[in-house]
Amino acid sequence: MYAQMIKSEATQDDPEQLAAFQARIDAGDKIEPKDWMPEGYRKTLIRQIGQHAHSEIVGQLPEGNWITRAPSLERKAILLAKVQDEAGHGLYLYCAAETLGVSRDELTEMLLDGRMKYSSIFSYPTLTWADMGAVGWLVDGAAIMNQVPLQRTSFGPYARAMVRICKEESFHQRQGFDIMMKMVNGTAAQKRMAQDALNRFWYPSLMMFGPSDSDSVHSEQSMSWKIKMNSNDELRQKFVDQTVPQAAYLDLTVPDPDLKWNEDKGGYDFTGPDWSEFFDVLKGNGPCSTERIEARQKAWDDGAWVREARLAHAAKGHSAKVAAE
Amino acid sequence: MSNEWPLWEVFIRGQHGLSHRHVGSLHASDAEHALQNARDVYTRRKEGVSIWVVPAADITASAPEDKGSLYDPADDKVYRHPTFFDIPDDVGAM
Repeated sequence: MYAQMIKSEATQDDPEQLAAFQARIDAGDKIEPKDWMPEGYRKTLIRQIGQHAHSEIVGQLPEGNWITRAPSLERKAILLAKVQDEAGHGLYLYCAAETLGVSRDELTEMLLDGRMKYSSIFSYPTLTWADMGAVGWLVDGAAIMNQVPLQRTSFGPYARAMVRICKEESFHQRQGFDIMMKMVNGTAAQKRMAQDALNRFWYPSLMMFGPSDSDSVHSEQSMSWKIKMNSNDELRQKFVDQTVPQAAYLDLTVPDPDLKWNEDKGGYDFTGPDWSEFFDVLKGNGPCSTERIEARQKAWDDGAWVREARLAHAAKGHSAKVAAE
Repeated sequence: MSNEWPLWEVFIRGQHGLSHRHVGSLHASDAEHALQNARDVYTRRKEGVSIWVVPAADITASAPEDKGSLYDPADDKVYRHPTFFDIPDDVGAM
């Protein structure tokens, strides 16, 4: 998902405090920043919320790529609004992470030097306008699948950020599907572009949910802390079941010859993604991984003078006020 | 040394007649900047009619461990609630 392969930190706290903490979580209490929490809970959440925030921010880049080339003024305004929302989502999440005692600058530095990750999906290129449709439809669709249950997560600031994000996310998916509908009802070439976008984004979208549960060693602790609400395979299955009929509506073919409805389980059987590709992308070897971090580094460096000038201006305003008194 | 813009807490009045409600926080260099950022971050869909921004450092919060001394005294004062008193049905609405 936006937070993949989050390693749960081992905790070495007093067993009595731990038990009381777990009892609060089991009772459905929300944990707030000033409450006692196990160090492992704090560290795991910083990593998870941080990676989620980074994904929102880096996620602006593949779509930002098409703002200047949107096919109409209306599409441009819509895409601009969507990308601005992603920035907003990143900011809500950074603030939630900061309540755990990490600073914004530290989070940014950890993204830039590779200590923190962002979702594998944003290391793929957006080659045509149809990709804007596929990203909204599939990538935001997969994100919604994960984020809706996270509204009930045990950490208050994270849950509240998720509520806000989910309210806005539905627009993102629907504008993507709307682009796809336009494309498939256009010329033959436009329909081919739509099919090509689905072909390229299908498996990377399935990867967003992270490796299979049997390979996901950290799930158990995170699930009992309620910072992970569903298993990876469960959400992936739900995504496939929801998306396949939508592809049929568009008269597009899901690029999986073994995709088949399974009456017994009430869901589709499907081919999983190539996990070696996933691990490679996560390591920073995706087609656009270098470009993405370079873009973030450039924004950070180019923005340095603005950050400084703003502070200098604020200090000047303050001293002028003192002098006037 | 950290050159981070200070943290501000944002409160928004959702509609006329309601009180301001905490919606989240953001970084900004000064109050005016915080208001501008709050507009962009928290009211992109007409979520409010008025914004307050407060430096986070200026907020004094009660500590979770003080919960007992702050709120427990209310436990044995159930008579503060109207349902404590039985009024006969014959009296009518009260």
